[in-house]
Amino acid sequence: MDLQQDYFSLFGLPQGFDIDRDRLEQAYRDCQAQVHPDRHAHRSDAEKRVSMQWATHVNEAYRTLRKPLLRARYLLSLRGVDAGIETNTAMAPAFLMEQMEWREGVEEAREGGDVSDLEHMRQRLDLHERELHQNLSGQLAGDVTDGELAADTVRRLMFIEKLQIEIDDALEALED
Amino acid sequence: MALLQLQEPGESTAPHEHRLAVGIDLGTTNSLVASVRNGIAVCLNDAEGRSMLPSVVHYPRAGATLVGRGAQAFQVDDPRNTLVSVKRFMGRGVKDVTHIESMPYDFVDTEGMLRFRTAAGVKTPVEVSAEILKHLRERAEASLGGPLVGAVITVPAYFDDAQRQATKDAARLAGLNVLRLLNEPTAAAVAYGLENASEGVYAIYDLGGGTFDISILKLSRGVFEVMSTNGDASLGGDDFDHRVFCWILDQSGVAPVSDSDARRLQALARRAKERLSSEEEAQIRVTLSTGDEVDLTLARETFVDITRPLVNKTLAPVRKALRDADLSVDEVKGVVMVGGATRMLHLQQAVGEFFGQSPLTNLDPDKVVALGAAMQANVLAGNRTADDDWLLLDVIPLSLGIETMGGLVEKIVPRNSTIPIAKAQEFTTFKDGQTAMAIHVVQGERELVSNCRSLARFELRGIPPMTAGAARIRVSYQVDADGLLAVTAREMSSGVEAQVVVKPSYGLADDEIADMLKAGFENAGEDARARALRELQVEGERLLEAVQQALLADGVLLDAQERAGIDAAMEALRQAVAGTDAKALRKALDGLSRQTDAFAARRMDKSIRTALAGHKINELKV
Repeated sequence: MDLQQDYFSLFGLPQGFDIDRDRLEQAYRDCQAQVHPDRHAHRSDAEKRVSMQWATHVNEAYRTLRKPLLRARYLLSLRGVDAGIETNTAMAPAFLMEQMEWREGVEEAREGGDVSDLEHMRQRLDLHERELHQNLSGQLAGDVTDGELAADTVRRLMFIEKLQIEIDDALEALED
Repeated sequence: MALLQLQEPGESTAPHEHRLAVGIDLGTTNSLVASVRNGIAVCLNDAEGRSMLPSVVHYPRAGATLVGRGAQAFQVDDPRNTLVSVKRFMGRGVKDVTHIESMPYDFVDTEGMLRFRTAAGVKTPVEVSAEILKHLRERAEASLGGPLVGAVITVPAYFDDAQRQATKDAARLAGLNVLRLLNEPTAAAVAYGLENASEGVYAIYDLGGGTFDISILKLSRGVFEVMSTNGDASLGGDDFDHRVFCWILDQSGVAPVSDSDARRLQALARRAKERLSSEEEAQIRVTLSTGDEVDLTLARETFVDITRPLVNKTLAPVRKALRDADLSVDEVKGVVMVGGATRMLHLQQAVGEFFGQSPLTNLDPDKVVALGAAMQANVLAGNRTADDDWLLLDVIPLSLGIETMGGLVEKIVPRNSTIPIAKAQEFTTFKDGQTAMAIHVVQGERELVSNCRSLARFELRGIPPMTAGAARIRVSYQVDADGLLAVTAREMSSGVEAQVVVKPSYGLADDEIADMLKAGFENAGEDARARALRELQVEGERLLEAVQQALLADGVLLDAQERAGIDAAMEALRQAVAGTDAKALRKALDGLSRQTDAFAARRMDKSIRTALAGHKINELKV
């Protein structure tokens, strides 16, 4: 039991993209109940220090496993696949075209102050995101690693996430 | 309370005592102190039976500083030396304060945190807050009958790092051991949730005298998990008073008014606001020092009209908090109203309309924060019983970032991350032989540094000289459970730890605090060195007790040699505590700390393993 152990074993969960969210949440809470600084506030400085390190680690592990995209990237790194986030920009031309169209759409709706258009785009993106998550559950199931395919899906998901943030920022700006 | 403590025969430790700990709500308008007595959290009253202490400090030309009602008496006659709502100035510069033109203070124009020139000298908001905290500490010690082990101090959830640090510094100046800085809405959620055994998603809407917070929490089997928080650190009941004050000036045509008359009218404005929570109209009648008569009737309808923009201003953060929590309004099970300003009926109505349900107002909105803080203080001090099995998981309210090329911000820690949290980054040197570098940390959501809050400049020194680009400097940003940031740095190829010098933008430097502490002791006729020794002795006793408890619980985790090392270090510390050599005492403290490092890590491993084992047993049952 140490800080080097992988996040899945830390929470006693099987390694894979599909995850039992209730079990993850329960295991996270059980861990924090032991390590959180509030449980060690009356102890020695050494114990407080260890507690903060562990609580930080457990929070990071939970955050990584809870979010599908982070979880997928983490699984790729555990299995030694380079997701090629910095280097591999060789995405399918059709996908890149689609991205450009999306981006222009968001830009137009933002400038036109069109809330319903932005919301509609957000919904379509969410739908697309769910499809890609389904792909990942096959590509990163159990001990299966379809490295290249999974890495490609991860890169697509990152594009989608960026767009979602742009839309949310635009919606927030229109609200203020 | 733990009345029974099982002890191994022959063990000579003192029986488990109830450790005295308090929760303090350091408010803009009023402050309170509460403690758990006989298992129940209660507010501690003054000699006249009042729990609320007006957050007012008066510095007279001669004699002792006055706090509370005694200070309030000078509010009108000596406004310059009578500081009210000082919480609004914590960790703030002169340029940050709204309505500064209508304030009667003599501000010192200085960089960083603003200061006041008073009859008792120049004072920082930290020192003024320390007076309030000291007053409450003394009240608590008299009421509980002994020195406090520590205190939980509440802060607005939306307070940034500088405001939190300023609050912690104030507590230190007041001679309080801070067990935790606790977010006000979270404290309220604890008091509310435990009282009502609530489960589900709750919104805590907290409008105080000068700050507004909204926190969305998930309450489930004793865990209070903050999902998101938002707010406005300079919006509160004071602003409603100010609208009424402006309305009075506008209607009566008496402006401009003197500082004293302004204070008089502000007090009347507040009273009128309070009256309108139960009545349809309020009279405002006064004769000013100029002889001018003010005689007005403020109808509730008018009050609602002139303050509607303020009510609406609270709803934007509510929307943002819900969006960050990824929740819709109908997923919120209850809305708890906290803070005296939530007594305003049109505010309750607006919140009710927004959430589509009547807000919960069954707890005293003035006391609930202090009571929650007291419950948490009791647990943190080590008085946990089987019934106190709850856990708070809180978040950082604003993103942390660093300045990059072109005045842009690179986010390091996103807002609403559960704390504690740490992030690391690697930098390199760009000049041959470079041994120092600076990192500018800001807080906020905007892309430009100039639109965010500058927190501090961290200067890294002692980087081993290398050719440009050869050094690999790993900078770690750690946000602790108080929501406070610490920065450390290490050159990775040599393993050399860089020295980090913090230059806070709106805070006090460590040596300033040390000087204030020293001045404080001297004022009280105490020898600073004797005081420092006594504090070290207390620390030594506390460490000895903590290690003793740890050995009792988990001594089996040590082999004979390790045990002997710890025993020897304990004996050395025991002797140093009994002596008067501060240096030797410090050394013995560090010695025992070092001896127990590995033990602490092993104890933690054991408890995590136990937690997961318990989890697996639960699964088998299903």
